Amino acid sequence: MIEFRGVTKRFDDGTIAVNGLDLVVEAGTITVFVGPSGCGKTTSLRMVNRMIDPTSGTVLVDGRDVLTVDPPKLRLGIGYVIQQAGLFPHRTVLDNVATVPLLSGWSKGRARTRAAELLELVGLPAELGRRYPVQLSGGQQQRVGVARALAADPPVLLMDEPFSAVDPVVREGLQDELLRLQAELDKTIVFVTHDIDEAVRIGEKVAVFREGGVLAQYAPPAELLARPADDFVAGFVGKDRGYRSLSFVDAAGVEVRPVETADEPGGDGRWRLVVDADRRPQGWRAPDGSTVPGGSLYESGGPVRGALDAALSSPSGLGVVVDAEGRLAGVVEARQVLDVIESRRG
Amino acid sequence: MGDVVKYLSDAGTRAALWSMLLDHVWLSLLPLVISVVLAVVLGLVCHRYRRLNGFVVGLSNVVYTIPSLALFAIIPAVIGTQVLNPVNVVLALTIYTTALLVRPVVEALNAVPAHVTAAATAMGFRPWRRFLTVELPLSVPVLAAGVRVGSVSNISLVSVGALIGTGGLGTLFTDGFRQRYLAPIAIGIVLTLALALVVDLLLVGLRNLVTPWARAGRA
Repeated sequence: MIEFRGVTKRFDDGTIAVNGLDLVVEAGTITVFVGPSGCGKTTSLRMVNRMIDPTSGTVLVDGRDVLTVDPPKLRLGIGYVIQQAGLFPHRTVLDNVATVPLLSGWSKGRARTRAAELLELVGLPAELGRRYPVQLSGGQQQRVGVARALAADPPVLLMDEPFSAVDPVVREGLQDELLRLQAELDKTIVFVTHDIDEAVRIGEKVAVFREGGVLAQYAPPAELLARPADDFVAGFVGKDRGYRSLSFVDAAGVEVRPVETADEPGGDGRWRLVVDADRRPQGWRAPDGSTVPGGSLYESGGPVRGALDAALSSPSGLGVVVDAEGRLAGVVEARQVLDVIESRRG
Repeated sequence: MGDVVKYLSDAGTRAALWSMLLDHVWLSLLPLVISVVLAVVLGLVCHRYRRLNGFVVGLSNVVYTIPSLALFAIIPAVIGTQVLNPVNVVLALTIYTTALLVRPVVEALNAVPAHVTAAATAMGFRPWRRFLTVELPLSVPVLAAGVRVGSVSNISLVSVGALIGTGGLGTLFTDGFRQRYLAPIAIGIVLTLALALVVDLLLVGLRNLVTPWARAGRA
């Protein structure tokens, strides 16, 4: 558990980066600090591992005031991942990952064995271990950064905009990977980002900071989207928050009904779904006989946002539902999905 | 050319050439080694205390403009050595090479990406360990470029020492000039160039050996 008690940071030039922060990060959760630049989110993060010391107030990690701990010792127990990964260019990937175990006094052999395990854990092939960071893609470097931070199995992980330098598709993959790792490892993670989408996607709780280092709201993402504390938070979470909040509504009650596929006889004048031999959707056969690409696919059991998007993006108006293996399960209509959403309101 | 062959035909001359060459090697390389250590220390100080940067780099520029002959002549008076003592040359060249190397060291240290040093600090490196295992290795490519210039500069400057009577290949120039005899001068030039080339190749090899990572991206 990490606790901020009345923490203020005033820099030498007089700017107040963090102003009277009171906040508790529960153990074993991902907490995201989000806000515009200059809002004090990174400064707050860096006060946890004493990269910055507060002007006043107390930061506690597992009940211990961090100011009472020798910084290098404190940091050995706190994983740290930054933008661009901050990997050592002169060390191989494996040696990068082995850094903290070696600093903690492990033998070289044991540290390397552990490093190899971690590469596997973050989904990197073992042979990458012999390469230098410059020979890796941005996404791979970030994975190495995460592996390095986890190497000595620290209970706390600080992540400072770790995924903002990679492209959106890779970023989403890394976010999924982080959530998968967290389900396995159960760390206390503080994650800083300026991207509210990223914040609501990975955070179990989200702390929204405003300029001047003031905490504007601290809540689970669903609550943040549904009930922003004030105009600043409402503005920051963005125009689509009504739609995005559907990510937190489960789709139980949405009726999935069967659909005609193009390989069945008859059915002229209607939209029919094209499927391959494994019944994976391939697109739609339009009433005029032409084949058009399909919309987004909704994996059965996911939040209602995916179901609605599948229906809205489908050329036939029917959202295609698939099972976990990507095989056709049926279709949903936008009207029904909206009915379910409406019924949840009451 | 005939002169050169005749000059070299004498066994005593060949032995003298060997001893001059060996003198030249240690007179030029010992100051280089000392200078690298001094420049790294000075560079580290400038890197940590940025206010000193302008002063130290400015001072090293001034030092580098002192004529070498003057420095060779002044040092015995200042430190009380004999005029012919090789310590004079070693000290003078150490001063020059250190002055030459401080700036590249500071620049190399400043060029280490801030996110890399920040990551090292955040992982629990103590300052000394961080310097020795992260910042210094990363500054080797820039440092090596400076050391190569320093080695060439030293090998040529040692010759000037011959004017005040310290050994080395420069003796061939002073002798040849005094006797109006071209052969030793030609041999002196060839040996000096060859020495500079060999030392430079060795330095490049050494640099490549300790910085395999610097070429990894181009493979």
